[in-house]
Amino acid sequence: MGLSQDEIFEKVQDALIDALGADDDEVNRGATLVGDLGAESIDFLDIVFKLEKSFDININREELAPEDILTNGDYVKDGVVTANGMAELKRRMPWADMGEFEQNPRVQDFGNLLTVGDLCNYVGSKIGGES
Amino acid sequence: MRWFWVDRFTEFVSGSHACGYKNVTLAEEALDEYCPGYPMLPPTLIIEGMAQMGGILVSEHFNFDKHVVLAKIGKAKFHQPARCGDRLNFSVKLDAVQDLGATVTCLSHTGDTLQAEINLMFAFLEEGRFTKGPLFNPGMLRDMLRMMNFFHVAVDLDGNAIPEYTNI
Repeated sequence: MGLSQDEIFEKVQDALIDALGADDDEVNRGATLVGDLGAESIDFLDIVFKLEKSFDININREELAPEDILTNGDYVKDGVVTANGMAELKRRMPWADMGEFEQNPRVQDFGNLLTVGDLCNYVGSKIGGES
Repeated sequence: MRWFWVDRFTEFVSGSHACGYKNVTLAEEALDEYCPGYPMLPPTLIIEGMAQMGGILVSEHFNFDKHVVLAKIGKAKFHQPARCGDRLNFSVKLDAVQDLGATVTCLSHTGDTLQAEINLMFAFLEEGRFTKGPLFNPGMLRDMLRMMNFFHVAVDLDGNAIPEYTNI
């Protein structure tokens, strides 16, 4: 598709403003979807629809919400993601910055991991892979 | 409880789009007290009518096997009120479908004038989540569709009449 990073960000920003009713100054690269922008589970479905339409890509739900990893006894122990689990998460989501989450990888905190920047990286990887 | 906000389907193409209408009449309880002195169909009930039509479009796409519920109302613009004597011509288009939900775009016209435009998102409830078994009592959905002229117009993408669903 040949979009620049700024162009990707603008389109992602538009999708999030539309889906979450957020202001454009709230939707910056560092903003977390859940914590800062107030996204709920149903909003993620809406965001997927909007990104698919905007970028003409197919999004697999597990790529953005790896519930199968976070509920797998091999990857999670006592509500904390194990080393194997972290490796699997990084393999599934190489575009996400997990540095902070890795310090204290509690499953309950995973929902607030995703930032706008991560989403831009994800879209960029999909466009690059499908072009 | 009576909760019908679409009077009739005039067109239905499985997996694509649907058209129909809703007549607005002073006999409806919802009208005369909503805006005293200026009876009009509340916009929320116009959304409900479009949601019923869109929900049927989405649900039929999955052979009425999924538990389809209205999850989110996107942009909803109303260009003019729906007054007594108006016929609201609804048209609903299936935009996108995922394994967990679908989106539709809905328009309402009175004559040639655009009356409202609404984007809706439906979600598919997982079995056992919020409800066990079907969302409608046996036969209830089929009766509702019959009353709305659905089976007289519903076709698949090839123009063939849709199959008789025994699960509704």
